[in-house]
Amino acid sequence: MSTKLFGEKVQRVEDQRFLRGQGRYVDDVLVGNDVLHAAVLRSPHAHARIVDIDVSDVLDVEGVHVVWTHDDLSGAMSEPLPLLIPHPQLTHGRTQYALAKDEVNYVGEAIAFVVADDRYLAEDAVGRIKVSYEFLPPVVGIAAARAAEHLTHDDVPGNVAARLEQENGDARAAIAAAPHTLGLDLTIERSASMPMEGRGTVARWDPDTGRLTVWTSTQTSTGVRAAVAAKLGMDLAQVDVVTPDVGGGFGVKINHPWPEELLVPLAARTIGRVVKFTEDRREHFISAAHERGQVHHVEVGYDDDGRVLGLDVQFWHDNGAYTPYGLIVPIITSTQLLGPYKPGAYRVVFESLYTNTVMVTPYRGAGRPQGCYVMERTMDAIAAALGKDRTEVRSVNFIQPDEFPYDQGLIFQDGRELEYDSGDYPASLAKLKALVGWDEFPAFREEMAREGRRVGIGLACYVEGTGVGPYEGAHVHIETSGKVKVATGLTTQGQGHATVFAQIVADALGVPFDTIEVVTGDTRRMPYAVGTFASRAAVMSGSAIHLAALRAREKVLRIAADALEAAEEDLEIVDGVVSVRGTDASIDLGTVAVLSNPLRYAFDEASKAATQFSVGDPGKPPVAEGDEPGLEGRDFYSPERSTFANGMHAVIVETDPDTAEITILKYAVVHDCGRLINPMIVEGQIHGGVAQGVGGALLERMAYDESGQLVNASFMDFLMPYVTEVPAHIDIDHLETPSPLNPLGIKGAGEAGVIPSAAVFASAISDAEGFALTAMPISPSDLFELRRIHSSVEPVETKEPS
Amino acid sequence: MIEELFDVRLTVNGVTHALRVPARRLLSDALRHDLGLTGTHVGCEHGVCGACTVLVDGRPMRSCLLLAVSAVDAEITTVEGLTEQDGTSEGRLGPVQQAFAECHGLQCGFCTPGFLTTITAGLRDNPAPSEDEARDMIAGNLCRCTGYANIVKSVLRAAQIAGER
Repeated sequence: MSTKLFGEKVQRVEDQRFLRGQGRYVDDVLVGNDVLHAAVLRSPHAHARIVDIDVSDVLDVEGVHVVWTHDDLSGAMSEPLPLLIPHPQLTHGRTQYALAKDEVNYVGEAIAFVVADDRYLAEDAVGRIKVSYEFLPPVVGIAAARAAEHLTHDDVPGNVAARLEQENGDARAAIAAAPHTLGLDLTIERSASMPMEGRGTVARWDPDTGRLTVWTSTQTSTGVRAAVAAKLGMDLAQVDVVTPDVGGGFGVKINHPWPEELLVPLAARTIGRVVKFTEDRREHFISAAHERGQVHHVEVGYDDDGRVLGLDVQFWHDNGAYTPYGLIVPIITSTQLLGPYKPGAYRVVFESLYTNTVMVTPYRGAGRPQGCYVMERTMDAIAAALGKDRTEVRSVNFIQPDEFPYDQGLIFQDGRELEYDSGDYPASLAKLKALVGWDEFPAFREEMAREGRRVGIGLACYVEGTGVGPYEGAHVHIETSGKVKVATGLTTQGQGHATVFAQIVADALGVPFDTIEVVTGDTRRMPYAVGTFASRAAVMSGSAIHLAALRAREKVLRIAADALEAAEEDLEIVDGVVSVRGTDASIDLGTVAVLSNPLRYAFDEASKAATQFSVGDPGKPPVAEGDEPGLEGRDFYSPERSTFANGMHAVIVETDPDTAEITILKYAVVHDCGRLINPMIVEGQIHGGVAQGVGGALLERMAYDESGQLVNASFMDFLMPYVTEVPAHIDIDHLETPSPLNPLGIKGAGEAGVIPSAAVFASAISDAEGFALTAMPISPSDLFELRRIHSSVEPVETKEPS
Repeated sequence: MIEELFDVRLTVNGVTHALRVPARRLLSDALRHDLGLTGTHVGCEHGVCGACTVLVDGRPMRSCLLLAVSAVDAEITTVEGLTEQDGTSEGRLGPVQQAFAECHGLQCGFCTPGFLTTITAGLRDNPAPSEDEARDMIAGNLCRCTGYANIVKSVLRAAQIAGER
């Protein structure tokens, strides 16, 4: 290997096309061809029975090609959409239909599907469909769901989709026996992934070959392919799914198949034309997915040092109207809540509840932000009750570096043990304290107070299970030109996979970076894949690509050794040339590729060398037994369990004594995601995560009214951070504790930045104000109101139950 | 539902295109779907996110809030028009584009065209912005990936590159 690229800040190769306006996002696919456009009639009511749908005004409209309601669907298309992740405790799982059958359960649920010459005409047509409804009382919010005065689904008692309990030790007994106890009620509201590009699907049916090609803005091409084939009654071999450039995912695009991901291909096959659906922003708000909404109750028992002896957490998860993604989000909250700590005993119980709102599927962090918030608020409460420094209380509860692997005694989201592989939490905390100036803060606070300014500091720690299974695969192909084509099946939404995966291949294979081309998310190139979620791409596909490149390398060395009449162990590959160490003898990879494929027909000068009169031992078969033609490597990576990254954030905020405006003065991140492939890209992920976290902590909430209308379903009203809302600078320090679970020592980094946000801001604002926040997000008006409440009662940090 | 169509000529990146569109056709749709200039992206259709920003007679405007029929007398520049001719077929990246590549100013790339056009116009007005001015320059555009830190850096770097060229 000449220059190692692993660990280098390599500029991204994908940027060239993005910067020139040459990206190909799903709405760009087949532009200029004769494309028809789809629009969807969505329910304006949160809960209603459909009495009648009248499409007669649309049928004869010029330019309209398809008008479908549930009555027009048959076979598997008329059945409910798949429940993707069944779980034994999901006793009342429910999914919607591609088009509503008899009942609608949220504002935005798809009722009718129209295909027309353009989107304008399709929307005109949608506007002419008449639906009569019989209104049902909507269930909105966790309190209404728990009260169960009304039901979202008639056949789901108490609105309870699932109840899940896990316990390690006897938490209630440990709390009863503890010297101190506390009880806390903690809530967090809904937000959403909100990528800049919404959902979208394009499909083309080729009647000559009987094949369907689907381009869709998804986080799983193979998942969509399997769903389309199953629902449309086709063989998998007839369906290709290509994920083009994706304008952000952040979790929401892992759910599949969306109604339109099935209806668009069905329409394309039915009418033999290219059909496209591009979601608009309001549709994304009301018909994609949300996350985060949960209510928690904590009981904790601890000793004089703040050591947690028993922790008992109950929480209620608002899963919206349907549960296609199973219990993943609340399971993650319930397990990842423990963070870097080792409570003496832990019990957690949650209920996943139906409401007549948009369904809930993972959004970056996927339940971890809620878990982190609950645990860190608890740590702060213990520190306050004991009058101790918040970092001290955390320190006494940390799992120590010599305790890894550490088994938390629970089952994680992948059905495997929650066993942490590595980490050094005390070292991370020491770095964080130095980075943010924890010990200097009291002096700073005093200095600010002298100017009449109010500041607070907070911290939050998390552990993140990344790189969940079951597997990813990769294919590495060295062409006769010497160029290297790499394919992996998971998809890309801006993480720079084409760059980081090429870095891995360049190192493993000894080829120039610019000869490598990486393709992701195309089922024609790699039909076996899972998807991009849970910070798993670098761990899973990165490892698979490394292994596949090593396989290709083995073959290169075998063939080159033969050609150079040298021993394999004497060979090295540098810049795409194999040479015998210490001699002039060498052969380039392109020639090795030529030799790997015995030819009958020459098509150029290079291939002449591989024809049957030129190469091979006439006494042996041209392709040796057990060998294959071609210079390729293919491999899969399937780890026993997830690898656990961790990190800690700290923030210093200023709160305006008069207006309650919240200003970020300093933001510090210590992050340990194992070995870094490309530090520039990892830092970019942290920056983006922190910004989304600021949104989730201070700005973003889904405002539903009592009738189930989402009243802020636009960028005018749902406040996402602009540059003016995020910290001007983020101080980042890395710790690199390699994962022992994969060949490159990598852990995932994609979600990390957003996980501790609600916790860290709650901690800092509480510190500034002198009372404990228990509900997030917090706006200046919320804070203003809290000040009013707390000034009229005796200020208490936490309540010690008797 | 027969719509009246209007003959319009749109001048985009120095090239004049003739097309027939209904009065209600948005400039963003005309650029993307009628002219095939798909570099301009649509993120919200209500003028808030800034992804669809193009330069109209040099000024940044939201193409999702403009009708194609209203843009007939204007010189429109889209992201595709920001590269500079250097004799190669693809051209070299303009200063703002180059700065984004160097500073990791983009991730998914969807909002990027709107930032590039906005900053191009911004640097014309203020060729040497301070960091605060760089922040102001991009304060009307949404990005969900980068957290903006590297976009602010890109603005400052772009000013440098433009000065050097």
